[in-house]
Amino acid sequence: MTLETSTITVREALRDAMAEEMRKDPLVFLMGEEVAEYQGAYKVSQGLLEEFGSKRVIDTPITEHGFAGLGVGAAFAGLKPIVEFMTFNFGMQAIDQIINSAAKTLYMSGGQMGCPIVFRGPNGAAKRVGAQHSQCFASWYAHCPGLKVIAPYDAIDAKGLLKAAIRDPNPIIFLENEMLYGESFRAPVGEDEVIPIGKARIVRSGKDVTITTFSFMVGVALKAAEQLASEGIDVEVIDLRTIRPLDEQTILDSVKKTNRLATLEEGWGFAGIGAEISALVMEEAFDYLDAPVKRIVGVDVPMPYAESLVKLTIPQVDWVVDAIKQVCYRS
Amino acid sequence: MPIKILMPALSPTMAEGNLVRWLKSEGDKVKSGDLLAEIETDKATMEVEAVDEGILAKILIPAGTENVKVNEIIALLLEEGEDSATLELVKPVDSPAKNEIVAEKKIEENKHTNIPVQSPVTDKQTQERLFVSPLARRIAIDNQVDLGRLKGSGPHGRIIKSDVEAAIGQNTQANETPSTSYKAANELYPAYEEIKVSNMRKVIAQRLTESKQSVPHFYLNVECEIDELLHLRQKINKSLPESDRISVNDLIIKAISVTLKKVPDANASWVEGGYVRSYKHADISVAVAVEGGLVTPIIRGAELKSILEISKEMKELINKAKAGKLKPQEFQGGTFSLSNLGMYGIKDFSAVINPPQGCILAVGTGEERPIVREGKVEIATLMNCTLSVDHRVVDGAVGAKFLKELKHLIQTPVLMFI
Repeated sequence: MTLETSTITVREALRDAMAEEMRKDPLVFLMGEEVAEYQGAYKVSQGLLEEFGSKRVIDTPITEHGFAGLGVGAAFAGLKPIVEFMTFNFGMQAIDQIINSAAKTLYMSGGQMGCPIVFRGPNGAAKRVGAQHSQCFASWYAHCPGLKVIAPYDAIDAKGLLKAAIRDPNPIIFLENEMLYGESFRAPVGEDEVIPIGKARIVRSGKDVTITTFSFMVGVALKAAEQLASEGIDVEVIDLRTIRPLDEQTILDSVKKTNRLATLEEGWGFAGIGAEISALVMEEAFDYLDAPVKRIVGVDVPMPYAESLVKLTIPQVDWVVDAIKQVCYRS
Repeated sequence: MPIKILMPALSPTMAEGNLVRWLKSEGDKVKSGDLLAEIETDKATMEVEAVDEGILAKILIPAGTENVKVNEIIALLLEEGEDSATLELVKPVDSPAKNEIVAEKKIEENKHTNIPVQSPVTDKQTQERLFVSPLARRIAIDNQVDLGRLKGSGPHGRIIKSDVEAAIGQNTQANETPSTSYKAANELYPAYEEIKVSNMRKVIAQRLTESKQSVPHFYLNVECEIDELLHLRQKINKSLPESDRISVNDLIIKAISVTLKKVPDANASWVEGGYVRSYKHADISVAVAVEGGLVTPIIRGAELKSILEISKEMKELINKAKAGKLKPQEFQGGTFSLSNLGMYGIKDFSAVINPPQGCILAVGTGEERPIVREGKVEIATLMNCTLSVDHRVVDGAVGAKFLKELKHLIQTPVLMFI
């Protein structure tokens, strides 16, 4: 047997995760706009209709509020729906179902009725899709008790975490990224590689400064870290993977080691994930900080349409480099 | 709510000062106009007067605390009938914040225990807020690095980890350099050792140089017959267990304090800026030789204490001094000094004034000498006393009056007890 390193795209990894879980558990089904006949607006559900049939892979009308509600009801009744939003921007319509019905029912029913559902789809900005289609919802959903929020970066995490999400008895927000769908990463080995929810991963270890980030921005952070390494700054990059529950221990341990922290996200800064992490570190590791925490965030404007302006709105590698230098008092 | 007593500003530019002494204790009744505490800046000493009536319920800043910020709460006054539970409602953070978490915590602790606490890291070098990263501050506290001495390399002069670590590195190096270095003989000098001096010696050098250079000293000398004093001491000691026996020095302390009450003008200090401090009590600093130098522990309010009390306190202070365990408030301050070299057989000497005090009395040995009394030569035990005087505060006539009264007391010691 030869040890070949095979690669796989995030798109395929997500499809594999769903297929494997649907084979394993007949209660799992997929619904959403264009998920069946068209094989997914971003071709994530390729082959699923063929394998599982139209009872388990269901095309819905174009009404997020409606089909999200159907999904929540099915979950209350004991099924395990995966609800695909063509993007989470459209999922805003369904936010009442997600927060008020899916997230709160376990608590409001005194534990009698849970909602094992996964809401998944691309989140945040793609390229040139305008203000209404380019928003990061990580902090919106992470704000609410009752929801778990996952935002993977590479293929192994996408597959392993989606499988964990489908198996989890709680409502889950699974934030994908359109830009990452086509990116190839090392493929998961073996069928049953489940990544636990709530565990961050140190994707690059370093001693001078910590940067926390998630999803597409992990790649940006890694590029910045490489550039900074050539300038003598050793950056530790933490991929949060799960936004909620947040892996506080990994962040705190890292900050205690490096004494410096920058947070990176493409969403807006106000009450964002970086704000939450800043507060955490201030409360729990104040005496370990040698510099104020720096947040690197999307600019506080609706996303422009022009490509040149998009570049001025979403964090870029050189922003990260500059910010890290500031945190390290090197600017 | 309790009435807050704040650190007063004695001048428009005063930012902080020393709380020298409390003139009231916790639980004392206070009337408007009563003197509560003595506050000192580098310019002046003044008493804090009570404005309101009530009971001094809580002293938040203990006597002897240095660098107390203006407007910081120093004590709490309860009005008649007010519940002491309300004391807990007053937070010291009402005052302009001390610039460190640590210090704030200490104050909180103080509130409950009233034990004088010194902040482990002092920022006293700078009047302004010191910017230190939390990590650097913690490392500094752990390693007892004085942040006030460091220069921050971070933004806005913030002291960061590397600055503190550099300072720790230097300290270790400094400790490693030998404190004594041997030098071979040269054309001018034989072989010698250069011995690095202790902090105590540095302070002695600095203060006494300053005193001799800036204080206009003059000296007055008297001879006292001490036969009666010795006789009295013998009588007292006969009735005391050996451990409680009093010394000639104890009697002299008492005599000085009683004399200062009669000649209060000699119990004073010169203050730059046009003041003379006239002290209300005789706090006698007594020079005690210790390993590597000397210290001057203080018998406070000696005129109010019995000879036995003075003797007992002096014994304790000497033991503490020799063990290096004196607290700052036990040797800082004082209004008048006494230096006695009698036990070394010194007949006569002049002492250097211990600033900011106005006078120091140098006492020689008691020895039998012939004297002429009413045309006849007699033998008496004589002791020479030399008063060194700061002429800015005490003139010749006042000094002479002091010595005359002191001599009278020493020669007629029973007067000390009336």
